[in-house]
Amino acid sequence: MSITLSGLARSFGTARAIDNLSADIPTGCFFTVLGPSGCGKSTLLRLIAGLDPLDAGTIALEGRRVAGAGLHLPPEARGVGVVFQSYALWPHMDVLGNVAFPLEAAGLSRATARAQAAAHLDSVALAGMAQRRPSDLSGGQRQRVALARCLASGARIVLMDEPLANLDPHLRAAMEDEMAAFHRRAGATTLFITHDQREAMALSDLVAVMRDGRFEQIATPQDVHDRPANAFVAGFIGRGTVLDVRVTAVQPGCARLHLPSAVQIESRAVDAVMGPGQVLLRPTDLRVDPDGLPARVLSGTYRGDHWETRMAVEGVMPPLLMTLPSRVPPGQTLSVRITGGWLLPGA
Amino acid sequence: MGDEIGAAPGMGPGLRSLFGAPLLLLLVLAVATVLFVVPLAAVLRLAVFAPGGGVDGFVAAMSSRSVQRALWHSFESSALAAALATVIGGGLGLLIGLGDLRGRGAMSFAILMLMTIPPHVTAIAWMQMTGPSSALLQAFGLAPSPGATNSLYGRDGVIGLLALQQVPIVYLTLRAALRVLPRDLAEAARVNGARPWRVMLRVILPLLRPALLAGFALAFVSALGNFGVPALLGIPGRYVTLPVLMWQRLASSGPSVLADLAVLASLIGGVAALAVWAQMRLTRAYGVALIGLPQQPLQMTLGRARPAIEVGLWLLLALVGVAPFLAMLATALVPTYGVPLTLDSVTLRHFHQVIHAQDVTARAFANSAGLALAAGGIVAVLAVGLGGLLRDRLAPGARCVMLLAELAYAVPGLVISIAFIIAFLKPLPGIGVSLYGTHAIILGAYLAAFLAIALKPVSVAYGALDPALQDAARVSGAGFWRRLARIDVPLVAPAAASGAVLVMLTAWNEVTLSSILWTRGTETLGTVIFNYEDGGYSTLASAMSVISVLVTLALMALLGRVGRSLPPGIIPWRG
Repeated sequence: MSITLSGLARSFGTARAIDNLSADIPTGCFFTVLGPSGCGKSTLLRLIAGLDPLDAGTIALEGRRVAGAGLHLPPEARGVGVVFQSYALWPHMDVLGNVAFPLEAAGLSRATARAQAAAHLDSVALAGMAQRRPSDLSGGQRQRVALARCLASGARIVLMDEPLANLDPHLRAAMEDEMAAFHRRAGATTLFITHDQREAMALSDLVAVMRDGRFEQIATPQDVHDRPANAFVAGFIGRGTVLDVRVTAVQPGCARLHLPSAVQIESRAVDAVMGPGQVLLRPTDLRVDPDGLPARVLSGTYRGDHWETRMAVEGVMPPLLMTLPSRVPPGQTLSVRITGGWLLPGA
Repeated sequence: MGDEIGAAPGMGPGLRSLFGAPLLLLLVLAVATVLFVVPLAAVLRLAVFAPGGGVDGFVAAMSSRSVQRALWHSFESSALAAALATVIGGGLGLLIGLGDLRGRGAMSFAILMLMTIPPHVTAIAWMQMTGPSSALLQAFGLAPSPGATNSLYGRDGVIGLLALQQVPIVYLTLRAALRVLPRDLAEAARVNGARPWRVMLRVILPLLRPALLAGFALAFVSALGNFGVPALLGIPGRYVTLPVLMWQRLASSGPSVLADLAVLASLIGGVAALAVWAQMRLTRAYGVALIGLPQQPLQMTLGRARPAIEVGLWLLLALVGVAPFLAMLATALVPTYGVPLTLDSVTLRHFHQVIHAQDVTARAFANSAGLALAAGGIVAVLAVGLGGLLRDRLAPGARCVMLLAELAYAVPGLVISIAFIIAFLKPLPGIGVSLYGTHAIILGAYLAAFLAIALKPVSVAYGALDPALQDAARVSGAGFWRRLARIDVPLVAPAAASGAVLVMLTAWNEVTLSSILWTRGTETLGTVIFNYEDGGYSTLASAMSVISVLVTLALMALLGRVGRSLPPGIIPWRG
């Protein structure tokens, strides 16, 4: 394991920013911490980097304990790289000076450090910008300088704090590709913090969904979406509806559910238990079908290539969401069949 | 700086980290102990525990007629001068801060000049303008006959010039408050149907009340510690304030009266501390929390009154800011005091005298220049170091030192110099040499009294830095000293430089501290000018004052250049 977190806690006053959080992050993994603002994800990054002290728990990096009872290794001794949200480029140094700084801090002479840094600058395609000041660069260029500085530090663990949040949307998509390339090239374990689930889905090997200082689920992007651990994750990721149901039959990998309106459906499930439960219905779990249930259209929202349509089914609350290729006026009734779903294991 | 990376294998991270911030804090605390704790403790010890000190000492001092009178004079002159300064400085601040006047930067600079020209030089300049040789008064046939008592001598002159000296303090405080006053508060009142005068009386002035109170208290404390004005105008007019009384006692009896002086110093320090405390209480009680984002500062159109107001302001500034110095220049250019300045009588003899002929003046120029440079440099380094600790876990230690510096700045200068004499008159243990009579004791007093001046711009600059710049250096593997040297110092250097120049200005112009601490060989510019004027050599005093004012102007111009790239709030008359 590259990063091992066990029982981390950190409070500010009475507020618990990190609350008994544990995780193992495999070497080379692109690990994304995804959560709403204020969930403690930036605090977690600062604890791992050593920028803030722990209240309780231990942190081990590459098998070496760096923080725990009576131990707090300062950030400069932890050997992690950090890409800051504001990029934190030093305005009084030129681009090459910024990239060379970690090498200098490692003991190289200024000239040697600059020579070696040039290669890293080259790898982010900024070789021609070496003498520029950070203030003369565009947002995307600054981002790449920050990445080059991270590369130059040679860190095997890279922490990124919402590095794409300050870029405009079309640049963000381009930088996502660069991030992925950067991760492949550096091969470093990357802990990436974001509140943007699209970024998390696109980049990650593993996603940790965070709320109120703890991880609600750690899984691959697809599992987080298709097999959320609880109602919070189900509601936070993607679109869909969670319904209260009764489990009436259990088979390996699936369960038979009873909706309140006496409708019966089959859903995917793991270790289902008979009795009350909750099912997540994604829009893709609903289909227009002549044999289906009558569903009255409430509203439609255009999402670019489809219409996300909210509809009420007799006896089912709340309204269900499904995608339709074209607009259906509110008030009209369709016949809809529920073809699947995911029984929430935590319910 | 290899200690941070290539540490010996046996050396734990805990031990290694002690060479970072804790080492710097230790150095800073050691300096602070020498500058603040030892001298102030020495005063209190002497005032409380020495024979003749303690309660008996205070009772004895308070029952002395001359002390009672001096204490009353100090209080009266400071309070009245502060009140006058609040009215004038407040009015100027409102007019220039709110009105759409042209040349507001130049007006601000002219008002600030009143503060940078030292009190004793201002006093000399005004004495020349109102004295028998005044070209201004001669032109109106109002000049007093030679030998007549100057009308500025005595209570009214002291209060008037003290007020003039404090006008910029109130002006600056008010301008700073106006700058953060959201304009929509006044606009909301206008939209609700209030005419400009009502807006002024019901919205703007109430919001500015804390600033006016703060300005009054600052002016009071500053006037309380003033030495140059009451010494030059008060002594001949038999209006002796407490600082002047202390100086007279030391001058007539030497250090043997130290216990007596310690009592007086504690007395005046107590009054100053009381005023600072009252100001803080009042500001909090009347403080109005302003909500809203920073925005365009409030502005009002003066309409047709604008040209008249502009002319009036410039005439006023010319009268109080320029005329006295022209009068002083005239005095410096005539062969003997009282001779009218004509093309025939003009001479540069006195300039030649003070630059070449007199040993003592040459020494004073050299001493003051050296002391000012050293004080500015050291204070800037201390301020950068202290600021660098502010983001560390050890910040409370650094804040203590900053508080001591603020305290030393608020306490009248005479208290600081008396404290330094008391603390360092005795030979230093180990070396067996006394600091008294050396440049070091004056430098020490400068550092103690002026550290706060440089701390302000430097802490503003530190506060404006993105904390992530530090964090990025930490995770890049840079230890404390490398971060300080490569990240902090370059980024706050402009602010530190302007802080250094502000301190140099203050040290170059001061007389209060060195009037007590100087000895033969360590004369400063201020003491020599003061002694010449005191001894009746007005022409030489004027010539030296002219040179010192020119140097001051050059330093201010330099500061303007240094500060061009700085955020507003660092250079007093910019922004």
